[in-house]
Amino acid sequence: MLDDFMTRALLAGLGLVLATGPLGSFVVWRRMAYFGDSTSHAAILGVALSFAFAMPFYLGTGLVAVAMALAVAWLTGRGQGMDTVLGVIAHSALAVGLLAASFIPALRVNLDAFLFGDILAVSKGDLGWIWGGAVVVLGVLIWRWQRLVTASVNEELALASGIDPGVERLILSLTVAITVAIAIRIVGALLISAMLIVPAAAARAIAKTPEQMAGSATLIGALSVMGGLWASLRLDTPAGPSIVAISAVFYVVFLTLYRK
Amino acid sequence: MSGALIRASDLSVRHAGADQPVLSHIDLRIDPAEIVTVVGPNGSGKSTLVRALLGQVKLASGRVERLAGLRIGYVPQRVHIERAMPMTVRRFLSLPLRVSDAQAAAVLERTGVPGLEGRQIAALSGGQFQRVLLARALLNHPQLLVLDEPTQGLDQPGIIAFYKLIEEVRAETGAAVLMVSHDLLVVMRASDRVICLNGHICCEGTPQVVSAAPAYRALFGAESQGTLALYRHHHDHDHDHVADHVHGPDCAHHHHA
Repeated sequence: MLDDFMTRALLAGLGLVLATGPLGSFVVWRRMAYFGDSTSHAAILGVALSFAFAMPFYLGTGLVAVAMALAVAWLTGRGQGMDTVLGVIAHSALAVGLLAASFIPALRVNLDAFLFGDILAVSKGDLGWIWGGAVVVLGVLIWRWQRLVTASVNEELALASGIDPGVERLILSLTVAITVAIAIRIVGALLISAMLIVPAAAARAIAKTPEQMAGSATLIGALSVMGGLWASLRLDTPAGPSIVAISAVFYVVFLTLYRK
Repeated sequence: MSGALIRASDLSVRHAGADQPVLSHIDLRIDPAEIVTVVGPNGSGKSTLVRALLGQVKLASGRVERLAGLRIGYVPQRVHIERAMPMTVRRFLSLPLRVSDAQAAAVLERTGVPGLEGRQIAALSGGQFQRVLLARALLNHPQLLVLDEPTQGLDQPGIIAFYKLIEEVRAETGAAVLMVSHDLLVVMRASDRVICLNGHICCEGTPQVVSAAPAYRALFGAESQGTLALYRHHHDHDHDHVADHVHGPDCAHHHHA
């Protein structure tokens, strides 16, 4: 069954939305959209490094994304503005990554696949990385759910309940980093944060609790993956952008129907 | 500790990079079932004092002793809940510890907002939201309620009703209450003890004593006249004297830029 490229693509997409549904909800609640965007741009440096040092690119992008999350946490902890820190680190990493890519012939040919994703070329090995990463992210979120939600509602309330909001923030940053690493093959660096934000934003319109929003975002993500792959197969559209476009349709429809 | 719930001695707090300490040499204690209110101008360190007592900020000197296992219910200042987060009142009460429906219903009933469970937090009025925050703070049967500017954004009747509720809760549960407030007039009536703060304790005592204290009048100027009027019959004083009163130099307004 895994020999069919369409089945593998579907499984890859469904694995990804297990992580992006709940995590994307936190990204929306905590206004981390720019963080997600920056981390995914920085991941291009990770791709270049992986090619240069011949390691699995999930590892390379994951390491660069995690390093960026830690650097951002450290710098903002020292009083630097979040926007500025992200802008400097992410775009420097992207620029250096693109420079590095120009020296690596194999990557120069393939760069599009990492910028825009290539879900139809997902291998069995990729599936292992994607599902492994998604299960880790989802597991961490479930494990710390009450603490993460409390810290996202209000940091002072969290602090008074013995929760360290800084720790929860770091955990979310690290899970975003892992998600970026597993998503880059599927939707590409440019559209990763769309997978986090658009389904969650669509789910906001129909949800009454944080849990409903996380669940609906996962479902909307899954339907978008199926719809996007179907469009890609039938209409010969690029798969990654089709998935994101369908989530955007969900967003518009729910916003119109459930406008409060 | 001799029965005190919280006791601070020689407490000082300094913010990183600031040349002046926010709080210096504060001594204070809170006993069971008393309502203590901290008043003071903006930047006088009221919220910092609360957070220091809760153990949330690093002390530059001094110590804070809390009764072992002290249960505190805390309502921070200006709680803002992001509209992007869907949140019912019921779900909010179960953060971070899950509580039963019966417990949730009981605390909402107690704070005068029964049946709000299914409502979205974002759709509540200011007064309802404050009562929900208070309800959440009551869930762990606190021995001490800490309320930082709990009536911000409420209108006058709302403020009076809220303080009345606090007094009822105290009478019913025996919890001590530590409040930070701007509403001089109303809060003074609801308090057993008032602490007038401006980086240090300018004066403290019963509302009657504080409202007549020169340091308090120097700190609040015209606004203090209202509270003064409330207690006028206790004192034989001369209004024209207010401006001439000699008081510690650091009791005057000093704003932290």
